[in-house]
Amino acid sequence: MKNRLKVLRAERDWTQARLAAELDVSRQTANAIEKGKFDPSLSLAFKISRLFGMRIEEIFEDEEKAAD
Amino acid sequence: MNNAETHRETRAVRTRRNTVRLAVWTLAWLLSLALAVFGPRFAWDSNVALTVMAIVLNVAAGFGMILANIRHLKGLDELQQKIQLEAMGFALGVAVVLGLAYSALDITDVMPFDAEISNLVILIGLTYFAGVLVGQRRYA
Repeated sequence: MKNRLKVLRAERDWTQARLAAELDVSRQTANAIEKGKFDPSLSLAFKISRLFGMRIEEIFEDEEKAAD
Repeated sequence: MNNAETHRETRAVRTRRNTVRLAVWTLAWLLSLALAVFGPRFAWDSNVALTVMAIVLNVAAGFGMILANIRHLKGLDELQQKIQLEAMGFALGVAVVLGLAYSALDITDVMPFDAEISNLVILIGLTYFAGVLVGQRRYA
């Protein structure tokens, strides 16, 4: 699933380690989500949305919807 | 130290503590297994009561190891758990398929020697390890 995590992180000048720490996940997990290799659970997606103060659909792109 | 760094330290500390606990229980299980296997021959001259006690100790240590492993898995984040789950699924599948094929080779006397359970344990260990490596690479 595509997402804007890398951009949002860059806007705050955060490292991946910092993002991982904010989300209480490993750096590997933060990296995999950012690259779209791993889709987070709903609870982690809500945590991400709270962290950036945005709605989930503003961060993650529904690729099926985008393909329509 | 900000709140996030405290979280990171907490996760790192928790994972390290769980890993050390698992290693200690695994070592205890291995040592108790060695005691149960070699004790009757080298330490207490095949005394049945002592042998049964050693085996009970080994089973108890084994359950401690299982609980430590569950705790370790629960302490991982969701991607790490997914990697572990896929590796365990792969190891279990290979163990069932190849383990039964190995047994069939023994039963039908196609194989010139008896099937050993230790070979199956080694196979499970290797496939689980390979599964974890593949998972780590896939999500790197």
